[in-house]
Amino acid sequence: MKVQTSRRRLLQGVISLVALSSMPLKLLARAVKAFEAEELDEVYRELFGDLPVTPSDEIRLKIPDIAENGAVVPVTISTDISGVEAVYVVIDKNPNPLSASFHVGAMSPPDISLRVKMGKSSMVRALVRTEDKVYMAGKEVKVTIGGCGG
Amino acid sequence: MAAKPVKIRGKVKDGVAKIKALMPHPMETGTRKNAEGNVIPAHYIEEVVCEHNGTVTMKAEWGPSVSKNPYLSFKVNNAKPGDTIKIGWTDNLGESSTGEITLK
Repeated sequence: MKVQTSRRRLLQGVISLVALSSMPLKLLARAVKAFEAEELDEVYRELFGDLPVTPSDEIRLKIPDIAENGAVVPVTISTDISGVEAVYVVIDKNPNPLSASFHVGAMSPPDISLRVKMGKSSMVRALVRTEDKVYMAGKEVKVTIGGCGG
Repeated sequence: MAAKPVKIRGKVKDGVAKIKALMPHPMETGTRKNAEGNVIPAHYIEEVVCEHNGTVTMKAEWGPSVSKNPYLSFKVNNAKPGDTIKIGWTDNLGESSTGEITLK
């Protein structure tokens, strides 16, 4: 009897160890499927699983209302939400909506600027992920010249 | 063709460094066609890593929809003059480049 329990314990220990050691890897491996996804729902599912996405006023998304050149659209995302793990930029109507992700654990609260391409007018979303929540801010951007090919 | 180095500028204010980086790169989406109508193969930065005094503080994953010659700015906490900031990228063809500065 005793042997059995200790064996079970050992097994449990091994399992939790494996789970622990593989977790950060899983988090850091490139989210290939999310980048390949063609629909917003798919991006959400790949990135966040079942976590609901909550609209939030605490994310500041700075982006022009009208982008004259879709090849270079400046985006700035900042937030005061604490414990931010990652920030994502999603452009609904691009062939692959997920544009960029930033794992920012050590530099929270984040304040990030970059430039993205937009194929046509679309909703642009900034998503902020904390340990157990996902917040979103979005803005409709009008593009006069597309930047996703020709 | 050797990849060009990452250009970095940084400014420390009240313990927070504002970093700006420019990464010369074509960021080809793989959907564009050249004059002969052939598709130009995708060539884009997939991963960007920022190190502050040798510790990774940010890791970014990008798709091809980040603009050509990407510009990126962000803040680094607990920074002081003399700290080093290193930014490196790797693209989908396995090319890579880095840049490093010492904060003033």
